Amino acid sequence: MSIDPASVDLTAPFGSGTLPNPVTTASGCAGYGRELAKFLPLAELGSITTKTIMPYPRSGRATPRMAETPSGMLNGIGLQGSGIEHFVEHELPWLAERGARVLVSIAGERVEEFAECARALNGQPGVVGLEVNISCPNVDNRGLVFAANPATSHDVVAAVREVADPALPVYAKLTPDVTSVTDVAMACVRAGADGLSMINTLLGVVIDTDTLRPHLAPSGGTASGGLSGPAIRPVAVRCVYEVHAAMRAGQFASVPILGMGGIRTGRDALEFVLAGASGVAVGTAIFNDPTAPLRVLDELREALAVRGFAKLTDAVGLAHHH
Amino acid sequence: MAHPVQRQAEIVELSPVGAYHRLVLQAEGIAERVLPGHFAALAVDRADGSLLLRRPFFIHRADPAAETIEIVLAEVGPGTRALARQRVGDTVDVVAPLGTSYSVPTAPASALLVGVGYGGSPLFGLADRIVEQGGSVGFILGASTAERLFGVEHAKALTPDVLVTTDDGTFGIRGQVTLPLTEAMRAIEARVVYASGPRSMLRAVAEVCSRESVRCFTAVEETMACGVGVCMTCVLPVVGDDGESRFVRSCVDGPCFDGSRVRWDDIGSVPADLEGAAAMGGL
Repeated sequence: MSIDPASVDLTAPFGSGTLPNPVTTASGCAGYGRELAKFLPLAELGSITTKTIMPYPRSGRATPRMAETPSGMLNGIGLQGSGIEHFVEHELPWLAERGARVLVSIAGERVEEFAECARALNGQPGVVGLEVNISCPNVDNRGLVFAANPATSHDVVAAVREVADPALPVYAKLTPDVTSVTDVAMACVRAGADGLSMINTLLGVVIDTDTLRPHLAPSGGTASGGLSGPAIRPVAVRCVYEVHAAMRAGQFASVPILGMGGIRTGRDALEFVLAGASGVAVGTAIFNDPTAPLRVLDELREALAVRGFAKLTDAVGLAHHH
Repeated sequence: MAHPVQRQAEIVELSPVGAYHRLVLQAEGIAERVLPGHFAALAVDRADGSLLLRRPFFIHRADPAAETIEIVLAEVGPGTRALARQRVGDTVDVVAPLGTSYSVPTAPASALLVGVGYGGSPLFGLADRIVEQGGSVGFILGASTAERLFGVEHAKALTPDVLVTTDDGTFGIRGQVTLPLTEAMRAIEARVVYASGPRSMLRAVAEVCSRESVRCFTAVEETMACGVGVCMTCVLPVVGDDGESRFVRSCVDGPCFDGSRVRWDDIGSVPADLEGAAAMGGL
């Protein structure tokens, strides 16, 4: 039943179109691509997802920003970045020249700031889609993240979909820190999302038992950070599984899912595919191995071949077919 | 900054040196690119192990002919303990060389090199470079206690101007490296000071240098998740060439910084003028 890995068709559904293969980088784990390009040719990935970009430069949180945890890490960077203008002028042309397909992660503190980023990306080279990072504090709602409830998630996605180039798929990136990720997914799809990225980090706190204080520098009254890495993988697979099941059951329109959360190997990626993802993102594993995205792609191809899958799409959601 | 490569490096030597371990790694294409102040990021666990983050270590020596690099490590946590438990012949996943090296004077100059503990390890390659260029060096090496000193004999082989301090007085002058600093700078007419070690020491050295109007370069040891510039965890508030302060990455814009540019007092906070400062543009 095993087939030649080279013959596996890795073409991955992406929005209403496709990408040459399903692997991308998870936002915030690959910067804007320059550093990773020293270790792997960016054009060989299905796409590269950028660090989240906001309309304006942002300094981010104070240090310490990170704590290592069992099979993972906690981070609180605070969306440090140079802003959309700098990105469009200095980073995007560089990425486009290298043939990278860029999924641009955007965020704002108000609904219109998301739209502002989306507008600035219309007609720009290299951009294949937008990923809306709705896990950003909403200044108009006590700093609660937009992703925390279906209504605010809907508002952001609708605003972005309205102004973005219709040819560009808009993905909503969902947080698992909600009562029902399916409800938020449904709201995003109904707002026009062409795909769903799952999952963002989980909120966590690490206490330093030497200083007797939270390990991450407090920011905006919180000591929490985002937990990522293999430790969260079952949570991520659960979210993908649940949302794919809801789409199969016809609760809302089916859109491609980009699965992420603790992917370190091709086997891990296959887990997400079987749960219903037609694309996968490698994140924290990059910190351990800068070539991880390309390695995961090769291992996924191998894992599909060994199981006799001639096409990636034959495996998508297969865990539900019982 | 450096152009790093990733290699499965073989351990050719792992031996105790005082309270530390000397680790010599063999891998092609690394040693010839190393400049003083560059570092290496080592994976510390198996490919499926639970410790994901690489540990950064200054490169103590690089031997292009033998294609080896040498680092010095202290057992401070589970990651460094795991490294110290490796055997000769084992392989370690290494990314190196990384970072921005020390700025070395282009004309012959007298330089004072200040190191605390194994943090002083990058100063020796730097000393060789300065001497090669016709300059001269002096050292102040310090530690909390005698067994945590590093490189005292090595320094003495390079120059007669070596001062040693220990906090507890078990070796050399009782006190910290900053105690004899001003006097030592004047004694060797230092035009530049290079420091490497804990942040509190770097800050104190930078302060003395500013008072004495002597240039000062500091190599920082910040915690980092990736070492290659993507994670944004190792940032420090640093004043750029344009006079603007930004959170810049210790791993690519550092670890070697002009000590007068680092806003030591503001580390751990977000100073008002940094709110909204551009980030990834570097210095």
